[in-house]
Amino acid sequence: MTTETTKKFNIDTVENAAKTPDVELPWAELGLKQNEFDEVVKVLGRRPTGAELAMYSVMWSEHCSYKSSKNHLRQFGQKVTEEMKKDMLVGIGENAGVTNLGDGWAVTFKIESHNSPSFVEPYQGAATGIGGIVRDIISMGARPVAVMDPLRFGAIDHPDTARVMHGAVAGIGGYGNSLGLPNIGGEMVFDSVYQGNPLVNALAVGVMRHEDIRLANASGKGNKVVLFGARTGGDGIGGASVLASESFDDTKPSKRPAVQVGDPFAEKVLIECCLELFKGSLVEGIQDLGAAGISCATSELASNGDGGMQVELTSVLLRDPTLTPGEILMSESQERMMAVVTPENVKAFEAVMDKWAVEYSWLGEVTDTGRLIITWEGDVIVDVDPRTVAHDGPVYDRPYARPEWQDRVQADTFTGSVQDAGRPAAPGELAKAVTELVASPNMCSKDWITNQYDRYVGGNTAMAFPDDAGVVRVDEETGLGVALATDANGRYTYLDPYHGAQLALAEAYRNVATAGAVPMAVSDCLNFGSPEDPDVMWQLAEAIRGLSDACMVLGIPVTGGNVSLYNQTGTTPIHPSPVVAVLGKLDDVARRTPSGWREDGQTIYLLGTTGAELDGSEWANMRGHLGGQPPKVDLEAERALGEILINASRDGMIDSAHDLSEGGLAAALVESSLRYGVGARIALQDVLDRDGVDLFTALFSESQGRAIVGVPRSEEIRFTDMCTARGFAHIRIGVVDAASGKLEINGVESLSLDALRAAHEGTLPKYFG
Amino acid sequence: MTELPLIGEAPADASGARRLAGARIGVVTFPGTLDDRDAARAVRLAGGTAVELWHADTELGDVDAVVIPGGFSYGDYLRAGAIARFAPLMTKIIDAANSDAKLPVLGICNGFQILTESHLLPGSMIKNDHLKFMCRDQVLRVENSNTAWTLDYEAGQEITIPLKNQDGQYIADDKTLDALEAEGRVVFRYVGFNPNGSRRDIAGISNAAGNVVGLMPHPEHAVEVGFGPESLDGIGGSDTDGLGFFTSVLNKIVGGAK
Repeated sequence: MTTETTKKFNIDTVENAAKTPDVELPWAELGLKQNEFDEVVKVLGRRPTGAELAMYSVMWSEHCSYKSSKNHLRQFGQKVTEEMKKDMLVGIGENAGVTNLGDGWAVTFKIESHNSPSFVEPYQGAATGIGGIVRDIISMGARPVAVMDPLRFGAIDHPDTARVMHGAVAGIGGYGNSLGLPNIGGEMVFDSVYQGNPLVNALAVGVMRHEDIRLANASGKGNKVVLFGARTGGDGIGGASVLASESFDDTKPSKRPAVQVGDPFAEKVLIECCLELFKGSLVEGIQDLGAAGISCATSELASNGDGGMQVELTSVLLRDPTLTPGEILMSESQERMMAVVTPENVKAFEAVMDKWAVEYSWLGEVTDTGRLIITWEGDVIVDVDPRTVAHDGPVYDRPYARPEWQDRVQADTFTGSVQDAGRPAAPGELAKAVTELVASPNMCSKDWITNQYDRYVGGNTAMAFPDDAGVVRVDEETGLGVALATDANGRYTYLDPYHGAQLALAEAYRNVATAGAVPMAVSDCLNFGSPEDPDVMWQLAEAIRGLSDACMVLGIPVTGGNVSLYNQTGTTPIHPSPVVAVLGKLDDVARRTPSGWREDGQTIYLLGTTGAELDGSEWANMRGHLGGQPPKVDLEAERALGEILINASRDGMIDSAHDLSEGGLAAALVESSLRYGVGARIALQDVLDRDGVDLFTALFSESQGRAIVGVPRSEEIRFTDMCTARGFAHIRIGVVDAASGKLEINGVESLSLDALRAAHEGTLPKYFG
Repeated sequence: MTELPLIGEAPADASGARRLAGARIGVVTFPGTLDDRDAARAVRLAGGTAVELWHADTELGDVDAVVIPGGFSYGDYLRAGAIARFAPLMTKIIDAANSDAKLPVLGICNGFQILTESHLLPGSMIKNDHLKFMCRDQVLRVENSNTAWTLDYEAGQEITIPLKNQDGQYIADDKTLDALEAEGRVVFRYVGFNPNGSRRDIAGISNAAGNVVGLMPHPEHAVEVGFGPESLDGIGGSDTDGLGFFTSVLNKIVGGAK
């Protein structure tokens, strides 16, 4: 950078800051509160420089510091047994947790939110959501192998929903498809609470050999610090209008876009180039650049290492030479990584960069001073203890209290409500109800979305949407693989945050077990409203307490995740939406269980019992009712059901399995039939007699801990013996009928699969083209 | 659950397997190539030896055939394949394909786009007529079973392999299309559903000699039981309909072609 250019800035050095304590700083515009700014001054013993202020303001933001949730999130680390830690190679706090798969393999996965950017600019917001989570996975030393995308949009018929839906889906596809990562599942929910605040969450999973695990730390005095990948630009800078005040140059663009712009090609090259670096053991520590950009990467690398770091900021390669030091520190330009390299590996590192035509610049080196020093042409503009930036941010014990309306909502049950009038009972009414259910916005086929994603690339996808879990092979020799599912139910969590969060975990756990995999680890994306609202804070506290308690019971640890707060449409918070991802292991993915039946004459069993649990259900939602208590949680039953499904899969006792969740048995029967276009004959009288429910309730109740399985005749005795031995409720409800092309349920008018498919698959195209 | 073998059809006898393994098929990687490891796996499952080729290489080396796999070379921010055609290795591939030795070359998806940009094949690909990326299992009819890559199929045979692309609409002027039809160079046609608006339902074509074939759908994603169309989508088709591309060229190389 030329002297002329740099002279455009009135560089605020540390020396200058010490001499001019009374200079007015725009801390409020940067989002800091008075007490937080005072704390920065106290930590530094002087006022911060402009660059330091930029760093503290982004790193102490809710997004980066978890200041409102930290006190509660501790439970995920506390409610852990030794048994749960057994397979955890890297826990919470790193870019992503790492779990041992055996045979020298490790898996890392994480789910994150990119909600607000996806509302402002759906395509780029969603695309860079994928990009960011994939870089977290690369940072751990892993090859990314798949992505998933839980999505929540406003009402399906609201004019703005199509804008967000089209953009977000195209963005996820455009970015993920270009990276060569199969998209193996996710969720799609429409609800007006998400109208002005859609939830675009993204999950990525990667695999590595144990010896390839990398951590984000800068150790070893004299090691070099390098920034590589895309150049740093003015995109993704929050509060840029304020930072522009650093500049005396009136010709520069005054308003920067706050949403980052993605370049999937650059990311794909970055993946391959990083994997080559790992293969050659050429980096000591590595960190991706996401939120808070260089501020985050330098302070986290330095504070996680054993010393300090010295960086010359003018060495950063820029897309826009007019950027100020503060902007460079805050820029969230995508597709960048920072690494620590020993002096002897510098040449080999550069050779890899040259091979992949990736730009890089050496910024500085690791020191043993315990200080993060950033200079601008030699003048010190940042001199901080990196821990104070990265880890010692403010922590708030925000007030929370059970909302006064909670009791009222819980007392308002669906049964007997105005919306429950005319409940279907006659065979024709029930058939119409089933068809209406599977065509409803939340229950309809997601093909319109998933057909825009590549599920084949990599050649290791053994299952994907619409099966219960996505399954990816890890080892081609042995067939070792992983299964993943994400789930959340905002309505259940609204009715009861503690149990709602547990229900999300229970469903994801059940989905993974249904696929035949042993659940091993959890990642969660906690999407909530404003933590400054005591009602919302209570929802968050209750959800975290519920989730951490349930993880203890199920014996699977949370290995990482993300908290997204301030999700509101106007002043109305979204339904509390803790999205829970569960990862499981399959010794051989050839043993995975698909969700549909194929073979004529196989017996269909319903596992678990059904109660009258319609509150918060899809049926109640379709009728416009939300009240009462969510379905009961029984984690011991979930565990028992999981063991049955896993054993049955491993020992070849079942050919299909589908969990019962939203939409209950009715949805599951239709989905299992449509999966391979094979019908069935179902009789539920035994269920009605045993559980004391009517046919409508048996079909539409959302009682938990249930699944339907297809059992080959030859395995029937073995399978029922196993269920009996384990004391788990099981009942024969029907038989696969390959010839009929129909789903026949006693007491319900015959449903042709063609008509069901037309209804199921017609909804999204009708609204979105 | 029924036991599923994890590998595709292996040659019947050991000596056959040894012969095929001697055939070396290069798989080209450009920056932004995505399906290179999949194509290499398909070569291996068909019994051959896959050889990694790098776009910047200036020599083709010792290979008997070349696969240019799918992806987004250089991001495809210009026209798909427009930059990749200028890679040093492409010059060698173009020469070898046009030489008397008639090196067999298969371009899949982005590889097909690169072959048209290289003028090894006529016509071009533009954005799908519905303007969206589309991933689906696609039925194709093998119109010509005499090319280097289709010898193991029957003419008229219908196969199901995955299709996934954004710019898959094949276009050419009528004169070119008429010539392709007349010369039997339309190798694959979409059956039942034209997924991208391609002219005359064309999914893949060959050069006049039949050694260079390009198509938009992905045979390398239908080579293994448990990971292809039948397992993932389950409505019709088998998991391994794409394996014939690779066995065709291997059998031809080792001289066992029919």
